Amino acid sequence: MNETITANQSTERKGASRRRFIKMVGAAGAGLTLGITLSPLAACLTDAGKNTVFAPNAFIRIGTDNIVTLVIKHLEMGQGSFTGLATLMAEELDADWAQIKTEAAPADVGSYKNRLFGVQGTGGSSAIAESFEQMRQAGATARAMLVSAAASQWEVDPGSVNVHKGNVFHKASGRQSTFGELAAAAARQPIPAADTLKLKAPKDFVYIGTKVSRKDTGKTDGSAIFTQDIKLAGMLTAVVAHPPRFGARLASVNDKKARGLKGVVDVVRIPDAVAVLARDFWTAKKARDLLEIQWDESQAFKQSSNAVMARFKTLADKPGLSARNDGDADQALGQLETVLEATYEFPFLAHAAMEPMNCAVRVDEKGCELWYGAQLHTTDQQAVANTLGIKPEQVKINTLYAGGSFGRRGNPHSDYVLEATHIAKARPGTPIKLVWTREDDTRAGHYRPMYVHKIRAGLDKKGNPVAWKQRIVGQSIMAGTALEPFVVKEGIDPSSVEGASQLPYHIPNLAVELHTVDLGVPVQWWRSVGHTHTAFSTETFIDELAYAAKKDPVEFRLQLLKNHPRHRGVLELAAQKAGWGTPLPKGWGRGVAVHESFNSCVAEVAEVSVHSAGHFKVERVVCAVDCGFAVNPDVIKAQMESGIGYGLSPALMSAITLKDGRVVQSNFHDYQVLRFGNMPAIDVHIVPSAQPPTGVGEPGTPPVAAAVANALFAATGKRQHQLPLRLS
Amino acid sequence: MSVTINVNGVDHRVDAEPDTPLLWAIRDHIELTGTKFGCGMSLCGACTVHLEGKAIRSCVTPISSVAGKRVTTIEGVQSKAAQAVQKAWEDLAVPQCGYCQSGQVMSATALLEKNTRPSDAEIDAAMEGNICRCATYVRIRAAIKEAARTLG
Repeated sequence: MNETITANQSTERKGASRRRFIKMVGAAGAGLTLGITLSPLAACLTDAGKNTVFAPNAFIRIGTDNIVTLVIKHLEMGQGSFTGLATLMAEELDADWAQIKTEAAPADVGSYKNRLFGVQGTGGSSAIAESFEQMRQAGATARAMLVSAAASQWEVDPGSVNVHKGNVFHKASGRQSTFGELAAAAARQPIPAADTLKLKAPKDFVYIGTKVSRKDTGKTDGSAIFTQDIKLAGMLTAVVAHPPRFGARLASVNDKKARGLKGVVDVVRIPDAVAVLARDFWTAKKARDLLEIQWDESQAFKQSSNAVMARFKTLADKPGLSARNDGDADQALGQLETVLEATYEFPFLAHAAMEPMNCAVRVDEKGCELWYGAQLHTTDQQAVANTLGIKPEQVKINTLYAGGSFGRRGNPHSDYVLEATHIAKARPGTPIKLVWTREDDTRAGHYRPMYVHKIRAGLDKKGNPVAWKQRIVGQSIMAGTALEPFVVKEGIDPSSVEGASQLPYHIPNLAVELHTVDLGVPVQWWRSVGHTHTAFSTETFIDELAYAAKKDPVEFRLQLLKNHPRHRGVLELAAQKAGWGTPLPKGWGRGVAVHESFNSCVAEVAEVSVHSAGHFKVERVVCAVDCGFAVNPDVIKAQMESGIGYGLSPALMSAITLKDGRVVQSNFHDYQVLRFGNMPAIDVHIVPSAQPPTGVGEPGTPPVAAAVANALFAATGKRQHQLPLRLS
Repeated sequence: MSVTINVNGVDHRVDAEPDTPLLWAIRDHIELTGTKFGCGMSLCGACTVHLEGKAIRSCVTPISSVAGKRVTTIEGVQSKAAQAVQKAWEDLAVPQCGYCQSGQVMSATALLEKNTRPSDAEIDAAMEGNICRCATYVRIRAAIKEAARTLG
């Protein structure tokens, strides 16, 4: 194992295009350098009530009550950021895990920026990767000041003072103190320069690499507070009538009946929607349903999914813009005897977090305060400021737990946040809580876009793939966002092709082309972004090539991955743990997929059982992940389980469709998602690594649909080229 | 219009229309927020509470139908089975985002209060109505079995 692990290596690794855009945003936000900047909160001694606090930086507060409060800059949405960042700080602080409390950072880009984004925000599976060194430095800083305070009190050499689980001690004299006892004195010590701090070698880690209890507590007894649970004095609940089609405008509203309902306080027109305000949700919702609204749908989007898909397929037959071009794929394909072709179809997908979108806001003469599961603090802050005509500094964001997000809460247009802000603006001084129903959430757009892929590839006489041509057709997620100028180059939105344009397999003639289609349906990143579709098409098609070459699918891949040791590592581990090649019960099939995303490699082996009448069940998924150094192994396993389960919904049942522009689905009866009985057994294995940590929140999702489709082929002999999978 | 409902052993006079779902009476009137809103159609189970010891979906249960009956929410559940479930949930690090977990805990508790040796099929039947978008299902199953084990 390496003596030290440094964070900045991780940015040098060639990664997904998402990482590139993050870099670009970072450059734009002037925060690209990975040098450690800890906010100079040198007013170390603060008085929080009766408890004097030692606060060496923006991340750590140690009270005379011996409680260590760690401020977590990444939104906790289930992925384990509270636990992960606390682990890093606690490690170098040598705190006792039990004395640590965590709280979410407010919006403050100066202190809490994501150093890969350049702005404050959570996403791209970046939390641990981008803060690995920074959080440890924050902990080491506090530790050094506690040691220095003790040494000074005890009149001993700081080098002879040690810290273990929250206990500062001098072995020779037997003296010891708690952090709380030293807090006041530590606050008077000079803040050490970062380069004087020596971070631990991995062999000395106490918390990193072990299972620790999660720090996002209150989730088994109902005490955790989500946006839905915020209650402020005088608060009103807002339920909103949204347009029936994307792009429809509000023409007129008759709110007489709604206002007549007892308990309704106000009806407010906001841009292209109408909000009803009441003291409770049920009254507001009933009144919302009594609104008589005329919509101007002359400019609205009125197409249906099947027509859009047909148009995409037509485009897939025409040359697009080049995203990658090695050798000459067209010429090579023209000379090969064995050429395979497939056209893939992917529907829109809603994120469908368990907590429908919501946001609490109060606007007053001083500015604006918000309470919600904020994911992109800085862009939301700017958008709210623009809406209200105030400065971003006047927008205070209190970050709460998010009841899931999967990307949705980090909306690049701040859609639900601005909706809440517009309502609050109409009622100055009154806190309002916007609450979407499930139907509002399902039909609000900001979907994973629809895509069509067309792939042609060919084998030489020895069964080696020598040409691969892939065309992708779909909407650009980045178009129209603040990120577009930084990431979209020569017409290519990297998030449309990521995972395909970096196909790791050694194929000398390889072309990837893109048609970007402008469609009036709002789209957004969805857990693993472009990899949601590229992993499926590439990993099922490579599987087809393996069978066409009459080679074992694992062996075939390994042969083509000679220069990709991490891919090979996870593939070999997953295959071995799954018992690849061993017999299965009759009617079962086994399939494999491997994919890199967010700088992590994941291989998954799925086992399916096929029953009569086209019914099948995913019985087991064996997963191997290489995410660099495993900071929280149990959280990594949980994220692989979660990523697999999340990816199984679009694999098995989820799809958003449009009929004449209207969203057909509305709730969990028609936008179906994975339920308890459909969850396979999951077996996760982590590849030991001394490399800097990489993402885990998303990389478990991309391979699973492909692994299941390949398993279905093994069981049935039929290929699947669309999601959700259907055995007809 | 007011309806008196007994929540966690305490009578509450709720001043609301009789069609008001129990969920919103609990959340907005009685101000207990552990019970969650997820779908409003009895499809996701986030709103699960116990009515006379049985797991029900409070989002489609009008308060008029529970007058005089005993309602238990996540804040008030304290049976041996509930404690075993909550401990197993913590020990196995079940929750991720956590939003659905009140409902998961209430469904699992109702199962184990009646049956401390549930089969996989019985666990499936009890938990099928509770959606978890973080897909913590593998750990939920393991935690139910762990809780059952500790209940002996």
